Amino acid sequence: MTTDAMDGGQALIRCLENEGVEFIFGYSGGAAIPVFDALVTTRTKIRMVLVRHEQGAVHMADGYARATGKPGVVLVTSGPGATNTLTGILTAHMDSVPLVAITGQQIRPMLGKDAFQEADIFGITMPVVKHSYLVKDTNDIPRVVREAFLIASTGRPGPVLVDLPKDVTSGPCTTDLHAEPDLPGYHPNADAFDRGEVVRIAEALARARRPVILAGHGVLIARAERELQLLAERIQAPVTTTLLGKGAFPETHPLSLGWMGMHGTAYANKAVSECDLILAVGSRFDDRIVGQQDRFCRDAVRIHIDVDSAEMGKMIPCHHTCVGDARAVLQELLLHVDALDTAEWLARIAEFRRRYPLRFRRKGGLKMQHVIQEFYRMTEGRAIVVTDVGQHQMWAAQFYLTDHPNRFLSSGGAGTMGFGLPAAIGAQFGNPEATVVAFVGDGGFQMTSYELATAALHRLPIKVVVLNNHYLGMVRQWQELFYDDRRSGVDLEGNPDFVKLAESYPGVRGFNLRRGADVRKVIRRALDVTDGPCLINAEVEKTDNVFPMIPAGKPLEDMIVERPRHRMEKPTGST
Amino acid sequence: MNAPATNATNGMPAESHNLSVYVANKPGVLARIAQVFARRGYNIDSLVVSPAGDGHYSRMTITAQGSREGLDQVMRQLAKLIDVMRCVDHTGEDAVVREMALVKVGAGIEDRTAALQVVDHFGAKTVDLTDRSMTVLATGESGKLDALVGLLSRHRIIELVRTGKVVMARGEQVT
Ligand SMILES: Cc1ncc(C[n+]2csc(CCOP(=O)(O)OP(=O)(O)O)c2C)c(N)n1
Ligand SMILES: [Mg+2]
Repeated sequence: MTTDAMDGGQALIRCLENEGVEFIFGYSGGAAIPVFDALVTTRTKIRMVLVRHEQGAVHMADGYARATGKPGVVLVTSGPGATNTLTGILTAHMDSVPLVAITGQQIRPMLGKDAFQEADIFGITMPVVKHSYLVKDTNDIPRVVREAFLIASTGRPGPVLVDLPKDVTSGPCTTDLHAEPDLPGYHPNADAFDRGEVVRIAEALARARRPVILAGHGVLIARAERELQLLAERIQAPVTTTLLGKGAFPETHPLSLGWMGMHGTAYANKAVSECDLILAVGSRFDDRIVGQQDRFCRDAVRIHIDVDSAEMGKMIPCHHTCVGDARAVLQELLLHVDALDTAEWLARIAEFRRRYPLRFRRKGGLKMQHVIQEFYRMTEGRAIVVTDVGQHQMWAAQFYLTDHPNRFLSSGGAGTMGFGLPAAIGAQFGNPEATVVAFVGDGGFQMTSYELATAALHRLPIKVVVLNNHYLGMVRQWQELFYDDRRSGVDLEGNPDFVKLAESYPGVRGFNLRRGADVRKVIRRALDVTDGPCLINAEVEKTDNVFPMIPAGKPLEDMIVERPRHRMEKPTGST
Repeated sequence: MNAPATNATNGMPAESHNLSVYVANKPGVLARIAQVFARRGYNIDSLVVSPAGDGHYSRMTITAQGSREGLDQVMRQLAKLIDVMRCVDHTGEDAVVREMALVKVGAGIEDRTAALQVVDHFGAKTVDLTDRSMTVLATGESGKLDALVGLLSRHRIIELVRTGKVVMARGEQVT
């Protein structure tokens, strides 16, 4: 098909259609007008969701991608429109989320001249993208779009930026829209892996007495949950996940330890610090997982399976490494492993569970954990849970168990406050039938609360649960534990009335929740709202702390399960 | 690109590495590569870029100091870049490593003979000559050029330009 009648913007939209794009999350502006115009002139079926801030657009595309596994698409204008996407791109990059961000740009002759709304977004985003393009020729659009989607969604996924000067999108496109990618340097390691190493891994497993499997986000990306479960059940190894790996293994399964790390379950952290073999699949040994690097599983056999060769040996030196797709490698591994007798080890783990359960006291003021746990019960664990960042995030991860893939969405690597609401909107667009619950803090919610307008406009029945402690709670917790409770820059005095704020958007319902006795009733009312968003403002205890906790940079063995009486030394590890 | 070397070496012994990176000849490639070094606190000591293949590719020869482990990590990060075809470390390996230098020496008629002896000894050439100056062209291993420059500095060195190292694997092996 040749397209002499098409301009670059129209060619772009056709190419997006060919990629199966359903939604574009966007915000218009001068440099992007030709593309927005093409949305009309091509009569495309792609739906353009007009957001209220470009950061919101990227988190929506991100939430859509995490919940569906398909790449999310963002379209914004040049200059400030483009720079407003930066936080979202970082967020997706850190968590390996497939995104294609399309930015308008000044016309080619003006590049580099500080022309109106010119920003070198290609340069600015370079460290936080998987790849990027500044398109200089209209006829390159089909190939660039094909490559962008291919790169974003294969291997270790990530965001790809496509910067399109306005004269490129306005100019004629005379080339075939079905272009072949030209990527001689891109080897996403899909199926090629070292089979000999897999055999050696199987041999190591056969010798293990106290094995633990650590499943990361990569298991979900590779859709390897089934293989993982077969393996765990075959060798009777307990499975823990990372925060982003929640859903890679059913958390209600008897072999599940829940998620590990800084605020993970005590029994997972105990198991990992006592194991004699750790098999990490699709995890990058993030600092929130390993604590003190040179102490992590020091005496255990360490095995690392991941699609990204640059992760090998980056954090933790391993005895066996296998670079490949998690699913393909696990399938191969299953051919070589036999049943293991781990009864003694599982008994020890049962003891950890008894001694260190996840729990909270219901006495006193309303607890975040209580609200989250009731949501878990009343939705029968079937909601798509999206969190913001802070204490509520950790409690949501602890008390809303995840049994299925792509049902727990959270900003892990970047820890981006403001992620929750827009990501929930994206998730709901991708899963119109699902119950989507966004647990957000009073701080983070206010960073992107403007997207209530987008949710309202599209009548998305999202449950926004503001767990309102009137503090930047997680930072206050650190100040309490490590800085003699000197509170600095954490008091959110001046919070609005969140119910009124919500109800000022057309069709949004708001509920206040103040007492433990009302939790079920209010959740029921929220779940009954099906024709638009609703918001619960839960006035929770102001100064509760999240435990278990491993102070940053400390070994897993230094985990604390309750507030220590003495003052703790300041953490030496990362933030 | 100038972060303290301690950051990069992490206490490990630093050694000089010659990396050969074969890349797509596209805008932005150099910036992406430089970023990998800068981010991890490596200083690039020398960098030579030239077209390769049919002009669609470039060859970069990069010399940097760092520990073996640290540079292995950098190489994996480089190899991961979409525009990088391959990345090889030629340190301590059977490779030909050469550099070229142009040295402008302020040697007038009276002390020229001494300078020319040095030039001759190193198999270098004079490529420009005036009453008060001469420009010397030398190629060889970096150590040899260092020695040449050392001897010539007994005269007045007006300016010195070195290309940085280029590397090629010996024998049949490709770089
Ligand atoms: C954009 C951004 N700014 C700052 C931070 C640092 N930070 C991490 S958690 C947190 C507190 C979050 O407060 P809130 O949203 O009220 O949640 P809570 O911890 O109280 O549940 C802050 C400020 C961050 N993660 N992201
Ligand atoms: Mg708060």
